[in-house]
Amino acid sequence: MTIYDLTMAELRTRLDSREISAVEVTNAYLDRITATGPDINTFITVCTDTAVAEAQAADQALAAGTAAPLTGLPIAVKDIFNATGIRTTCGSRILGNFISPYDATAIARIKEQRAVIIGKLNMDEFAMGSSNENSAFGPVRNPWNLTHVPGGSSGGSAACVSARQAAAALGTDTGGSIRQPASYCSVVGLKPTYGRVSRYGVVAYASSLDQVGPITRDVRDCALLLQAIAGYDPADSTSVNTPTPDYQASLTGDLQGLRIGMPQEYFIEGLDDDVRKALEQAAATYRDLGAEVIEVSLPHTAYAVACYYLIATAEASSNLARYDGVRYGLRADNAENLIDMYMQSRAAGFGAEVKRRIMLGTYALSSGYYDAYYLKAQKVRTLIRQDFLDAFEKVDTLLTPVAPTPAFALGEKVNDPLQMYLSDIYTIPANLAGTCAMSLPCGFSANGLPIGLQLIGKPFDEATLLHTAHAFEQATEWHQRKPEF
Amino acid sequence: MMQGYETVIGLEVHAQMTTKTKIFCGCSTEFGQTPNSQTCPVCLGLPGALPVLNQRVVEFAIKTGLATNCQIAPRSLFARKNYFYPDLPKGYQISQFELPVCEHGWLDIDLEDGKTKRIGITRAHMEEDAGKLMHGDKPETAGSSLVDLNRACTPLLEIVSEPDMRSPEEAIAYLKKLHQIVVYLGVCDGNLEEGSFRCDANVSVRPYGQAEFGTRAELKNINSFRFIKQAIEYEVERQIDLIEGGGKVLQETRLFDSNTGMTRSMRGKEEAHDYRYFPDPDLVPLVIGPEWVEQVRGTLPELPDAKRTRFVEELGLSVYDAEVLAADRALADYFDACATLAKDAKTCANWIMGDVLRKLKETGESIAEAPVSPQLLTGLLARIADHTISGKIAKSVFEKMWQSGQSADQIIAADGLKQVTDTGAIEVLVDEVIAANPDQVSEYLGGKDKLIGFFVGKVMQASQGKANPGMVNQLLKKKLTGK
Repeated sequence: MTIYDLTMAELRTRLDSREISAVEVTNAYLDRITATGPDINTFITVCTDTAVAEAQAADQALAAGTAAPLTGLPIAVKDIFNATGIRTTCGSRILGNFISPYDATAIARIKEQRAVIIGKLNMDEFAMGSSNENSAFGPVRNPWNLTHVPGGSSGGSAACVSARQAAAALGTDTGGSIRQPASYCSVVGLKPTYGRVSRYGVVAYASSLDQVGPITRDVRDCALLLQAIAGYDPADSTSVNTPTPDYQASLTGDLQGLRIGMPQEYFIEGLDDDVRKALEQAAATYRDLGAEVIEVSLPHTAYAVACYYLIATAEASSNLARYDGVRYGLRADNAENLIDMYMQSRAAGFGAEVKRRIMLGTYALSSGYYDAYYLKAQKVRTLIRQDFLDAFEKVDTLLTPVAPTPAFALGEKVNDPLQMYLSDIYTIPANLAGTCAMSLPCGFSANGLPIGLQLIGKPFDEATLLHTAHAFEQATEWHQRKPEF
Repeated sequence: MMQGYETVIGLEVHAQMTTKTKIFCGCSTEFGQTPNSQTCPVCLGLPGALPVLNQRVVEFAIKTGLATNCQIAPRSLFARKNYFYPDLPKGYQISQFELPVCEHGWLDIDLEDGKTKRIGITRAHMEEDAGKLMHGDKPETAGSSLVDLNRACTPLLEIVSEPDMRSPEEAIAYLKKLHQIVVYLGVCDGNLEEGSFRCDANVSVRPYGQAEFGTRAELKNINSFRFIKQAIEYEVERQIDLIEGGGKVLQETRLFDSNTGMTRSMRGKEEAHDYRYFPDPDLVPLVIGPEWVEQVRGTLPELPDAKRTRFVEELGLSVYDAEVLAADRALADYFDACATLAKDAKTCANWIMGDVLRKLKETGESIAEAPVSPQLLTGLLARIADHTISGKIAKSVFEKMWQSGQSADQIIAADGLKQVTDTGAIEVLVDEVIAANPDQVSEYLGGKDKLIGFFVGKVMQASQGKANPGMVNQLLKKKLTGK
């Protein structure tokens, strides 16, 4: 038995039976990170000392019989989450020296269960990117092929779970940043409904789209981690006060009578043949499992990417204004005056993609352009959301590709932002609609790169998503494959 | 001032709400604390922190809206006003833009000619204040600027008037009225010097008869009623001089300098910020149902105008007395409490406006701190009414009550001040006084009626002030004339 090959559910059984200790588990992962971390460049910060201390505390809880579902499980988090006493960089030079004085709610919730926070993961700067090449800490590599990208922006999170460097990870998803890297790395990633998980303490990129979610080895682990972080938080006015169901209980495997829709607008030109085939096979599997698979339409899909890049950048241009060198983070040394200090600090602190999006967003909100861009985009957003609500009148869940292609090569799209933006074409609509969606492994391309399928569910119906995903996982073996690493 | 030009004034007031905690976090709003001691991730603008609206601030906004005849918006939005400044930790201020909480209100002001004029209130909206910058003045801080974020995120209500005022006097009348209302409501402490009640004035001039407004200047940094008048007067003159000299008024923001009494340009229209307002995605739309509005309406105190009218019409006070007593809510409450206990409102008013206000002025205490409560004061008035003590003795009893906090009855008993009303006892004193002053008796009988005062004084003196003056008077006249 290799400790780091075990799922969280398997570790749970062994920890509860005291077959292994939390300190042993944490040490196994720390060793694994030391051995394999640098090659993939997954971690920005490894919390070696605090992780061992937390594991010791977990062992005490286990001994005292007060263990919770996550007690003693080593979890790595995207470096977008504030965690007390730990550096929070958000993948940016501008926050390179920022030690957070507080915990994000999601962090507080897993800490409460005595999970072990093993480290902070690499990411695209301020979660802006689809390849993890926009990090100030260097690109992350895909564990399945080191010359390929792991996806982004939660590239470190997906690569780390895929490479068995943590039992699970937390990521964030604004336009596909959990699902796309999960599919590129052959792991399970879930973006909950907007409002299901608190955003408090998560460095904001686009506030009306950002959502926290789990990245795990399989669906059961996904349910376990979602259970821990979901739920109303009075510190986030946009979190929704609705009960969190028991997600483990939804994993019954029975799909009889389930209606699955495949949106015709998602199977168009530009969709890679291997991906198309994997999706068709997945649809066949679902039919075999007793589900009804029908075609549906989401007519405004074509406008989603344009709509997203107006709304997300507009919000980002305002959200990132606080990085001004006044109170924390990078401050230019030789500024002549206040304006010069702002300009130099921000010029030196932000990377090219972040600057591009700040400029786009500033423009979209400018006097005289607001109505034509931001306001129009908000109206389109309403139409896109309505598309989904209409589709969910006919079906329980949607089955779509996660990305048009498997992982592309490092450097392949860095000079073509538009092509890069289009790799999120299938994931962006769920963020605009505010509904839940997840990615799970469904095959491999001819050259051995992972392919994921996306399930999109009704708002606040993560239970059906997990249920649908779990049945597929039970019927297939894709999730059991590991990268040769 | 030049003839032929009409002054047009609109006012923007920032009233700091007196909630205990800030508008979007739980930090204290207390003034004058150690810099940056009242801060948290939210008001420091740390990465990832999120605002949560303080419900009490909304209540205060509704209160103010109702008291200024505004409509309360069933749905209003918070918006971000984006600009960079070191006292603004997030790089944007959370304010309200498109859909403010209050709109379409008005206040009636009293003009000098006795008429009233209605001033429109365009809107009132909630927003957060910025922090404070301190520019290094000590050797170790020279050349640097320090940021104190204790004030950041404290709640403000910005109340914007229509350009309805036509003179500095009208502007002052409006401001005083608004000031009185927010202080009455208890939503603002009204302190102009500390900046709890700040005013910006939009001023323009136009030739009489012209329908469209002239180009306006926005005057900032005015922190007293006196300065507002000064600033507007200066600005009107400046604009008229400009126009008369063939120049043009520029749309700009001007700072008032209280040392020189002048305004100077701060920034022009072309330097004006593009604030890139948009709805704050961190806050959900604020929905205020009719039940909430009605519930808040139920907590509104009687406002100064209504109070003044009631004092005149129901309690029989003069307009002047009613004005003085209604001006301050605590004073009005004190008077009301007295009037209820004593039933003779006029006497209560006289005592409060005379002795009580004098003592407060002497001691610097507020009416709430007055050692003589309405119960105690009306207790004293009751002893005058039932002739236990004279009005004159009452004055000294009042002094003792103020010092000791004791009741009138306690002091009267302890000092033996009870008025003598026993005819026999007074008769003895009267006889003594008549016997001791034969010359004055003959003068009196010779027609010098005024001497009655002399005799009364002598008898009162002999009784140590305790004899009932009415009875003394009556007995003296009877004995002197032998009738």
